[in-house]
Parts: sequence; structure tokens; C-alpha cells
Amino acid sequence: MTAMLSTDTPTTEPILRMTGISKTFPGVKALSDVALDLRPGHVTALIGENGAGKSTLVKILTGIYQPDGGSIQIDGREVTLPTAEAAQDLGITAIHQETVLFDELTVAENIYIGHAPRNRYGLIDWAAMHARAAAILHGIDAPISTRARLKDLSIAQRHLVAIARALSIDARIVIMDEPTAALSYKEVEELFLIIDRLKKAGKAILFISHKFEEVWQICEYFAVFRDGRQVGAGRLDEVSHNDLVKLMVGRDVTQAFPKLDAEIGEVVLKVDGYCHPTEFDQVSLELRRGEILGLYGLVGAGRSEVCQALFGVTRPSAGSVTLNGRPIAVRSPSDAIDAGIVYVPEERGRHGAITAMSIVANISLPSLKVTSRRNFLRMAEEFALARQYAERLDLRAASLSQPVGTLSGGNQQKVVIGKWLATLPKVIILDEPTKGIDIGSKAAVHAFMSQLAVEGLAVIMVSSEIPEILGMSDRVIVMREGRMAGLFERQGLTPEALVRAATGNKEAAA
Amino acid sequence: MNTIRSLLARREALLVLACLILLVAITARFPAFSTPRNLAGVFNDTSILIMMALGQSAVILTKSIDLSVAANVALTGMTVAMLNHLAPGLPLVVLILVALAMGMLLGAINGFLVWWLDIPAIVVTLGTMTIFRGLAFVLSGGAWVNAHEMSRPFLELPRTVLLGLPVLSWAGLLAIVLAALLFTRTGLGRAFYATGGNAVAAVYAGIDIGKTRFLAFVLSGTVAGLCGYLWVSRYAVAYVDVASGFELDTIAACVIGGVSTIGGVGTVGGVVLGALFLGIIKNALPVIGISPFWQMAISGAIIITAVVINARGERVKGRIILRRKELPL
Ligand SMILES: Nc1ncnc2c1ncn2[C@@H]1O[C@H](COP(=O)(O)OP(=O)(O)OP(=O)(O)O)[C@@H](O)[C@H]1O
Ligand SMILES: [Mg+2]
Repeated sequence: MTAMLSTDTPTTEPILRMTGISKTFPGVKALSDVALDLRPGHVTALIGENGAGKSTLVKILTGIYQPDGGSIQIDGREVTLPTAEAAQDLGITAIHQETVLFDELTVAENIYIGHAPRNRYGLIDWAAMHARAAAILHGIDAPISTRARLKDLSIAQRHLVAIARALSIDARIVIMDEPTAALSYKEVEELFLIIDRLKKAGKAILFISHKFEEVWQICEYFAVFRDGRQVGAGRLDEVSHNDLVKLMVGRDVTQAFPKLDAEIGEVVLKVDGYCHPTEFDQVSLELRRGEILGLYGLVGAGRSEVCQALFGVTRPSAGSVTLNGRPIAVRSPSDAIDAGIVYVPEERGRHGAITAMSIVANISLPSLKVTSRRNFLRMAEEFALARQYAERLDLRAASLSQPVGTLSGGNQQKVVIGKWLATLPKVIILDEPTKGIDIGSKAAVHAFMSQLAVEGLAVIMVSSEIPEILGMSDRVIVMREGRMAGLFERQGLTPEALVRAATGNKEAAA
Repeated sequence: MNTIRSLLARREALLVLACLILLVAITARFPAFSTPRNLAGVFNDTSILIMMALGQSAVILTKSIDLSVAANVALTGMTVAMLNHLAPGLPLVVLILVALAMGMLLGAINGFLVWWLDIPAIVVTLGTMTIFRGLAFVLSGGAWVNAHEMSRPFLELPRTVLLGLPVLSWAGLLAIVLAALLFTRTGLGRAFYATGGNAVAAVYAGIDIGKTRFLAFVLSGTVAGLCGYLWVSRYAVAYVDVASGFELDTIAACVIGGVSTIGGVGTVGGVVLGALFLGIIKNALPVIGISPFWQMAISGAIIITAVVINARGERVKGRIILRRKELPL
């Protein structure tokens, strides 16, 4: 056993040292000559804009991509990581940005795929596997049955499974690529407790996040990437928040939540007594022209489910929806789109992007009726449409005909948002719109959203990020366990009030 | 240098190259093979495969498969041949419309079962493949319809030369143009790609993926129906085992042409070249004097090679790169 390392030692020797790492994709230099050190018992934050090359570095460290050049040393010894297995054997584990899990397998199988515990005949020891998986899930306070099929879990639960999977590998180097993106503050706190534990156990942790508060809360070291280069690294206590932002973006970022005063008009969407057999009950809301209605709650509170029902993906069991005073029956997404209601789903990989198709084809997909004439598609129109939204959303891509699958995570998210805005809806429902989007672009998305509200769009914004909810919403509805737990006006709304409504206090529940 | 490499990364260019190499090799021993006349003959010979492979590719793009196309050819071909035999006065136009309608109906049955009953396409079409052939047997009682039982116009249409090419070749060319328009210039074509590329995202984008698959099957069936007539007319005979195993050739042409078997990726150009590649081999091997059994083994080896190339292409993701002349952002 190595001795416990004090987290205060200012000069811990790095376990992992990467130098001169480069990686080129066709047409893009994703990484050029970057360096990174990871120290035992410490968390190093890796920050950078969307497409800066963070995930590419993670994939190199986990043996998924091979670097074009550079060296990787572990404990001072030069290593190569030709396969994912090799990386795992060297004690490197990662929670990837796009979680790669198996829908048809159980939670325990997902956690232990590739390294299932064996009995003495070399066969899989199912009892041990379930017991250990349950122990890990318990450790991260995730109440998920190890026998549940992955396809039956919510996005946040899947994410927790991905975290459990990373923890199930006894590793010395733990990489987390935007682990908090899908989580609400409660799960985030749990995750931070785990990170603390890992730190105390002497693991070296690489933490990637676009949320600076988190970085300041748990990291000691930082490295900043910009356009595939490392533009700064060091101890976090020696820099300020603004220093980091400037390093990352190359300029000052103006106001975080650029909310404009929109004129709030008449009621556009009215939902009354909306129920679903399992997911939500008696939800009623009114949404006005020019309004941004925040929908806050813990993960699993039923917010996304309400939105999916409004969009016609699932069927409610009771309740009515009126749009501009007329009752509407939405039976499918195409009904919703025709009525002028669109939904930007949370999980871009599964619901949002068609990765083999180009950026243009993705953005124009729900707008083909508009861009085509007499049933014939017009490429020039599609390009014009795509370019317009790509520019407004600050999309970073080598070309508009690039397949979406080759974009960075945050840029894929921008494509998905752009695709829905391009349909010029009356009501837009944004589910975690800035998940995985960097600070600079986040401001761009917020500004755009605000601008659209001014132009008369009605917006429902589901978010688990309290600052975003407080900064952007005119009114906030809080949901808890499928029911409405509060309706708040923007004026005088505090984070505490939101959290109290979302968790429910004990006396009321009794 | 870089442009050459990126050009080579494209399946179409690779196939053109492969076809050329093949032609050069064959011509080295049999110069007569590459005369324009013979090449036009090869194209004419491959026209039916091209048409049906294009229909098949629409289905595969939506992440389904149609195993019943060859049986469709047999049943439709038998039906029109018998009609022609029993009612020689019936105008050819009517027979062709019957072939189209019947093929469409058979395709619609497949599509309907896949759409409404949610049965996997491979199961549905494996079933209908047997049923269609069974019906062809029931209809004919196992008897053949031979050339002398068919009317002259019925036999002559595909062979009629128009502007230097037989009608059969023109049908193939027309199919290519229509497919290119459908795949790249219409909402339905885009829906094929979206449905196979990410079905859930397609649903969210307002695409009815069930209907899209249904239409892909209808398309594939209609083309097969037309080919049913073309086939019995060209070979001047109709019997139950007509086009036996031909469904595999259509799938092979798609796979060789770079259509991803998991849906969402593929081009008309690739499919046509894939079909031509198979066509050249089929026509050349007998010339070189290789036995039919070797021909089957060679075709099989080529299919496996193509699948391997596809799989590698998917891994490096370089194959689907759309970087032609870029419009700057
Ligand atoms: N498989 C690929 N093929 C081509 N280009 C790619 C591929 N993967 C990544 N890239 C490109 O490499 C660059 C870096 O991407 P990467 O995913 O590492 O960014 P990131 O820093 O993780 O961004 P984000 O914050 O959005 O997740 C981007 O320009 C991206 O488009
Ligand atoms: Mg990333």
C-alpha cells in the first residue's frame, strides 16, 4: 500500500505525464503538442471551449484514439495505450461524455462488462457481480436495482450507472468528462463526496466541466485548452476566475445571463390537469407570448416526461392542452411540429442528432417543408438555413457538410438546438439547453433564447442548473415526484426557495 | 496528394478503380470483352440487378431488409406470363401496369407487416419470400410458360433498340436517374436516411418512421414487380424458380456499393457501381472459363471483402466524409 498522501503537499510528483501529444482528424487538428500532468490525491480540472480537444485527449488516454505523436509516462515510465484494455490494465478508467452503455443488458452487466467477476471455474460469478454492483451503487447513493434493464432507466440514472462502471475498475487514474452535465445538484454533491474519497485514496483525477463553480469547489490544479493547444496550466489557487475565462476564450466574456426585457403577451399554451399513468400527475401551466418559463426539479421529477407528452412522444392519460385558445390533440411529434410546438431533447445522442448525416441535413430535417419547393429539396436553401443558425449559435465546425458525429459534444448540442429553432415554432421546449456547452457559447445560446422571446416566442426551459433557471426565467415551476411543487415569479426568487420546493420539507411530507 | 487520398476514401472512386482494374485484367486475355458493344451488353445484362438493388438500398437505408424481392419477381413474372398466354389480346401496357401494381401490393404487404405488427423485416420477408414462391407454384401448378406461349410484343419490348440502346438498358438508366432524384432531392429520400441513421431522432424530427419503412418496401416491391415482367420477357420463360437467390445479389450489390447494413449510409452511385462490379464479374468469369461453382465462391469472397471494407470505414469514420467542395462557414 502506498502511504496516504496529504492533499496539501504543494509539489506532488505527477503519476501521469503527457507531453507533445498531437492528434489530427481529417481536416481538423484536434490536438497540437499538448501537455498534461495528473497528480495522485489531486483533482486536475481540464477546461476549454467546445471543440478545444478535451474529449479527444480523454479518448487518447483511454486507448480509443491513437495520438499522432508525443509521449505518455506513468510513474516515469514511457507507456503506449494501443487499446482500451491496455489503458484499463494500466489503471486508467473514465466516465465518457457520451455514455456508452448497453440498452438490453442489466445494470450489473453494464457495470461489469469486460471485467465481470469469475468463480473458480472461470465462469461469471453472477452473485458476486450483483453484490458488488449494488455496493458501488449504494456508495454513490444511487437507488437503482442491479437487475433493471438499462433501457428502462432515465438519463440521469444511466449516467450514474456510467459513473459506477468507472468506479468498478480499480484504477489509479480516474477521468471524468463532464460527469455532472446530466445531474441535478443533489447527485452532484454525491459525486463530489465520491471524488473526495477517491482523492483520499490517492487517485489522480482529471475533471472536465464547463461549470466553473464545480471546478473551484473540488479541483486543485488546472489546464486550459484552446483550439487544440494547451494555453495554461498550474495551481488553481494562483489564478482568478476571470484569468481562466480569458485563457479559455481568449477574451472577456460579458454578462452570463443576458436576459432582455420581453413584452409578455397573451397566453399561448395552456395545459390543464395533465396526467400520465406513471410519470406525472395533475400538471397545469400557462405559458405566455414572450415568456421564458423555467421548469426546475430534481432529476426524475417528471419534467422531461411532461415535455415529451406535450410534444407527442408519449400519451398523457388525462388533461387538456390549448394552443392560442384552441384545444389541440397532439398524437405524434409531427402533429406538434405542425401546431408550432417543438422540443429540444436532453439526450442529443439518442434523440437529437443523426450522426451519420451532415450538419446541414440535420438542421434542415424538421424544416424540409419550408426549404423544399413542390416536394423537391433545394440544397441552397438548406445551406442558407443551416448557415444562419450555425452562426447565431456560434457553431464550430470545419464545414457544414461534415457529419455531425465528428463534432465535439457541445457543438452537436448546438446543431440540435439550431435544428429546432429553424422550424420557427410558436412554443419551444428546451430540455437542459446548455448541457455541455462552454461558457462563451452558453452566453450566445442564452442571448439567442432571450432574443427569440422578445420576438414573441414562448419558451419552456427545463434546467437543473439553478443559476440558469434564476437568470433566464420569467416564472419558474418546480416539480417534485411528478407533481407541481411550486410556482414562483422571477422577482425575489432565491436558490433556497427553489431547492426547498424541489426536495419538499419533511413536515409537509409527513 | 491529399486530394487523391480523400478521393480514394470515397467508395465510389474505389469501385470505379476496381471495375477498371477488372476490365483491364480481363481485356488482357480477351480483348473482345472491352469492346463498346460488349460493354453495352454487360450493362444491359446488369440492368435488372441495378434496378432491384436500388429498390433494395432504399429498404436497407431504413435499417430493414427485403428478402422477398426475387420471389416477387417470380410471382409477378409468372402472373403476367400466364395472363399473356391466356389472353394474348391484352395490350402490353395493361400487363406492365399489372406487374407494377402487383409488385407494389406484394411490397405493401411486407411494409404493412413491418409497420403495423412491428415484426422485424428479416422475419417478415423471409416468410413472404416463401409464400410468394409458393403462390407462383399454386398459380402455375409447377408448369412453365415458354417462349412460344408468349406474344411477340411481350417478348420484344425489352430488346427493342431505341437510340442505340435496348429498352431494358433505358429502364436501368431511368431507374438510376429517378433513384438519384428520390434519394437526394426529396423529403422521402431524406427520411430514408434519417430513419436508418437514428430512428428515435427521426421520430423527434416529425418523421413517421413506420410509414417511411412502409414506403421503402412499397418502392422495392414495385421495382421488383416491373422486373418480374422484364425478367420473364428477357429470358423468354417463366417458371417457379425464376430469379432464385437473386435477392442475395441485390443485397450484395448494396453492400459492395457501400450501403451500411445498419442503415443510414449509402449512395445511388455506390449501389449502381456495386451492381456493375458484380455484373462484370458474372459476365467475365464464363468467358475466362471459370466454372459456375467457382463463380459463386468468388462472388461470396467479394461480398465479405466489401463488408470488411465497410466495417473499417465505419471505424475510422473517414468514409462518410462529405468533404467535397466546401462551402465556408
Ligand atoms: N471522430 C472525429 N472525426 C473528425 N473530427 C473529430 C472527431 N472527433 C473529434 N473531432 C474534432 O476534434 C475537435 C476536438 O473535439 P473534442 O470532442 O475533443 O472537443 P471537446 O473539447 O471535448 O469539446 P466539448 O466541450 O464540446 O465536449 C473538434 O473540432 C471535433 O470536431
Ligand atoms: Mg467533449
